[in-house]
Parts: sequence; C-alpha cells; structure tokens
Amino acid sequence: MISDLFTVTVLIGILASGIRLATPYLYAAIGETFSQKSGVLNLGVEGQMLLGAFAAFYVSLTTGNLWLGLLTAMLVGALMGLAMAYVTVNLHAQQGISGIGFYLFGLGMSDLLFQKLMGTVETVKGFPEIYIPGLSDIPGIGEIFFSQNILVYGAYLLVPLAWFVLNKTTLGLKIRSVGENPDAADSLGVSVARVRYFTIILGGVLSGIAGASLSIALLNVFQQNMTSGLGFIAVALVYFGGWRPVGVLGGALLFSLINSLQLWIQVLGIPIPSDIAVMMPYVLTILVLVATVSRVRSPSALSKPFEREN
Amino acid sequence: MRSRLNALFDALLPVLATLAALGVGAIMLIFLKVNPVTAYKALWDGAFGSSNAFAETLVKATPLLLVALGICISFRGDVINIGGEGQMIIGAVLATWVGLTFTGLPGWLAVTLALVAGFLGGAIWGGIPGVLKAYFSVNEILSTVMMNAIAVQLMNFLLRGPMIDPSQAELASKIPQTARLLDAFRLPRLAPTRLHLGALIAVVLAVAVYILLWRTTLGYRIRAVGQNPNASRYAGIKVQRYMVLALLLSGAFAGLAGAVQVYGVNYRMITDGSSSGFTGSAGFNGIVAALFGQLHPLWSIPASILFGALLVGANKMQRVVQVPSALVIALNGLVVVFVVSSEILRKRRQRRRLADDETPPVAGSAANQSTQAETGT
Repeated sequence: MISDLFTVTVLIGILASGIRLATPYLYAAIGETFSQKSGVLNLGVEGQMLLGAFAAFYVSLTTGNLWLGLLTAMLVGALMGLAMAYVTVNLHAQQGISGIGFYLFGLGMSDLLFQKLMGTVETVKGFPEIYIPGLSDIPGIGEIFFSQNILVYGAYLLVPLAWFVLNKTTLGLKIRSVGENPDAADSLGVSVARVRYFTIILGGVLSGIAGASLSIALLNVFQQNMTSGLGFIAVALVYFGGWRPVGVLGGALLFSLINSLQLWIQVLGIPIPSDIAVMMPYVLTILVLVATVSRVRSPSALSKPFEREN
Repeated sequence: MRSRLNALFDALLPVLATLAALGVGAIMLIFLKVNPVTAYKALWDGAFGSSNAFAETLVKATPLLLVALGICISFRGDVINIGGEGQMIIGAVLATWVGLTFTGLPGWLAVTLALVAGFLGGAIWGGIPGVLKAYFSVNEILSTVMMNAIAVQLMNFLLRGPMIDPSQAELASKIPQTARLLDAFRLPRLAPTRLHLGALIAVVLAVAVYILLWRTTLGYRIRAVGQNPNASRYAGIKVQRYMVLALLLSGAFAGLAGAVQVYGVNYRMITDGSSSGFTGSAGFNGIVAALFGQLHPLWSIPASILFGALLVGANKMQRVVQVPSALVIALNGLVVVFVVSSEILRKRRQRRRLADDETPPVAGSAANQSTQAETGT
C-alpha cells in the first residue's frame, strides 16, 4: 500500500496539488509579512479571509463575473484592514487581542451573510486552468507547474515582487525602518502612521485574495468557517519564514506539500488514521518553529503601538 | 470623590463598548430587514425570560468563566493564550477517560478525580506552549493555535477509534462518541433545571484565582513578570519559570472547563469534527469575557454571565426572527475590538490626572503605578 505512493502519477499529483494548495497561504502570509515588517501583528487574517472568500463567492455566483468577485474580496479585505489600522494605529489598541476581535467578527459575519443570502452550499465554476502552449505539454513538469489557474500563478509572482518592494525600494526601506525603530523613522520625517496604514490595508487586500483563491479558484464553494485555521497558519508561516518572502514561500510549500501528501494518503486508503495524518502539518509547524525561530530576530517594534514622545 | 468617579468611568467603559456593539448589531439587523427591537427582545427573553432560560444562561456561562479565569492569569503574566479550545478538549478527553475506566469508584470520588484529570490535561496542553515560549522563544499565539488544531484531530481520532462507544463500534453509522458516563458520575444539579454544581465550582474558583493573583507570592511574581520582565529578572525572579506557570495554569482552567462540560452537561464526548462542536467556542469566548471583566477574576463572573446570555439568547433570536445566531459571534468580535480600543480613553484620563496633580512627577507616578499593580485595575 505504501508503495502506491511512489508511482509517478501519484507523485505528480502530490506535487501539483501541493503547488496549488500553497496559494492561499502565500497571499495571506506575504500580506502579513508586510504588516509585521512595519511592526504590526495582524491576527485577524483568518476573519479577513473568510469575509473575502464569501464576498468573492457570492458576487461571482450572482453576477457570473469572477473578476468582479475577486475585486469585491479585495475591497472587503481593504475595509477590514482599514478598521484594523484605525484601531491599532490611532487608538493604540493591543494588536494581538484586537486581531482576535476581527477574527471573531469575520467568522460570525461571513456565516451570517452565508445563511441569510444563500442558505445552502452551492458551487461556482472557478478560474479555469491556463493552458500554456508548449510548457503545459511537457510530461510531468507541465502538469505540476503549468496547468494551474491565474490566482496560483499570481501567488508565486507575488513572492519576488514582495522581496523587491521590501528590499530594493524606498517604500520598503520606510516599512522596515518603521518596524525596527519607529522613533528614528519618525525623526527622519517618515510618517509611521501612514506607512502602517498602507501595510495593514495591503495585508487586508491580500488576505481577501487569499480567501477568494479558496472560494473561486481552488475549492469553488463557500461553507461556514471554510478556512478552518488557515489564516492563523499563514501568520505562523511569517515567523517560520523569518520575515522574508522567500522564507515564507519555503514554509508555505512545505506545509502544503505535507498537506497534499496527507490527502493522497487518504485517497489511496493507506491505513494511517486520517485524523492523525491531518495533524501532521501542525506538529511539523511547531517543530520547525522550535528549530528556526530562535535564530531569526523579529522586527524590533513588532506589536508595539507607536506614540510620539513630547 | 473624584477618584471614585474615575473608577466608575473605568468600570463603565466595557458596558459602553457592549452597547456600541449592540448598536452596530442593530444597524446590521435593519439591513437584514429585521426589527432590532423585536430581535433584541427575543434575545433578552431567551436569556432571562424564565427560570429555565436563566439557568441555561448560567450553564453556558460556566465554561466561559473557567476559561476566563485562566485567561486572567496568563494575560496578567503577559502571555497570550489562544489555546483554550484545545486545552478544553484535552481536559475533557482525560476526564472522560477517568470516568469510563474507573467505574467501580464511588460517584463523588470519580467526579473529583475526573475534574482533577481535566485540570491536569489542560495544564499539559497549556504547559507545552509555555515551555516552547520560555525556553525556545516560540511565539505562544502561534503555538497555542497549532495545539488547538492538534487537539481537535486527537479528539476525532480517539472518539472514532480507541474511545468509541462500544455499541456505536458495532453499528454501521459509527457515530464518533464515547460511551455515556454512569448516572452516579454526574455533577449534581442545583435546581430543577440543567444548572449544575460546576457553576458553583467556577464561582468559588474565581475567588481562589483572585486570592492567587493578589495575595500570594506566586501570583505577585506572575504579574511582576507580566508588567516588567527585565525588572523582575533583576529582582531575582526566574522569569521563564513564571511564563511557563502562567500558561500552564491558564490551560488547566480551560481543561477543567472541558471536564465540567462533560460531567455537568453532555455526560459523554461527541464530535462533529470541529472544535466548536464540543466547546461551543468557549475557548475563544472566554477570552472575550476575561477582557470584558478587565482581566479581573471577580469581574469575570458578571462578564461571563453577560456573554452566556448573549449566546443563549441568540438561539431564541434565531427561532423568533430568523436571524442566524452567528450574528452574536460577530458582535462578540466587535465587543473585543471596542473594549481594547476604549483602553486609550482610560490611559488619556490617567495621564491627565497625573498632570493635574502637580505632585513631584517621579514619586507621584511611581506610587500610582504600584497601587495599580495591587488592585489590578
């Protein structure tokens, strides 16, 4: 039975779905990287994702326009980010706890809207796989890398883009300085508040896309609490990746490949209890956090509200 | 006089935050084309309308209070415990195992042992992230969330396999549940309602936690580490040890909540695959209640009753005006956001008070801070 795992078809299947499953983690975790780099811990990612997932699904279902759905998800994420920014930047609220508040809000709100506006689980035809002439036809490689939908590609393009913005642009420098030493940044004329507003709202938009990628690109359904902890794992991946987009990519791939392996183990009926298999990615994340976290330093001002001293 | 007014204002802040959240809820209800007055009336009736309703509210408030007590300890120690769900589950699993294994014991002994087992189970599940935080600097928010996911899968595995009800194991349906506890092993009822002894235990423990935090060295040290770890280290407190203890105790109370839920309400464990299926999200809502009670064990009592009432009332509201009870979860989230946001008002007033006093600033502020640490406001 175990040997069933090592056929070429199955391996290709595991890799292809692993690549695909990393998508929501990448969007959400890259967004969280931006906000944490600027010193803001956003624990509301899960709630933003749920509302994004619902908005994208509902708009796609009623208008038939997936892009409009995606846009709505981004808008909803941006609004959630705006609220989070106001509460943490202007009101100096404890970030971890207000994040839990936004999580509960998103959890309840998406469920409420789902029950009121839809009531039953429906499906949409999500973003189709993109056929790239030539590349998609390569045996194995084509199936793994070049037969995915647009949101999957977008997630992987986001990684170098985020690296570039954070490390090679003035904006990135401002974000990092605000997260490391807000007092110094402030005295050099950088608006700490403006930078943090930008990163938190950007994080919200990306979380919205992360939710949409679940509901209109990967699973093509909406259910209550469909993210089931995915947003919290995205936050963990930021620590895991040492606040670097490439590290986040590594973590997301590791996590989703193990998840995909776990799914295939169930599909093939290999006698490992499915509950134990589902547990594995979480155990692994803890172990890797133990192994890596103490080596990488978090942004110095992370989760500290900034207040100018008079 | 002025200080008493200030204290009153501070105590009223969370109430104002709740009213604000209900106000937002009313706007949402209007958008859903529901009369908010009718909806909130149904909610009130569902929570307080009859002695049965009120008993249900207290039954719902019991696990919230127990979790909230743990949260008071950990948050006072500046350790964020998001793992209440998982800790409840592990506590309940261990407690259930005790009750199903030692069937020969007298009832009172079995129940006592089971509650202790629940306490220990939660302590283990909270202690692991505590050790990871103190000695491996793993962020406890993340590890407790992971531990939640692991606990759910462990519960699902045990209830489908090793701990499944023998009669279910023979059936094709194989409902993932344990066997029912013996009748003698139930927590006694307090009135001809579903109200059980667990509620009384929780209230007694609230007093105990108050004493622990403000009348014992252990509690003083946990709070000292929470307020200023560096100063505590210089004062010779083993900071890491108290971080672990804060999370461990916090988990223990959540574990006890899980055990009380099994022995007072369900009399068995059953899973729908999710954690909220067993906990009713008490692990999260307990955080809300503790924050609302300003992380004070005694204030957590009315706070838990309030949120118990909201949750119980939401079901009635759902039946009467067809508004999904999920509305109350969203409102709970808003209450949390409003409560933490309103902290700034308290801080501003405090600063203004200090500035007004015109006493030598160093001595004045130090005295003020130390009294705060004593009373915990």
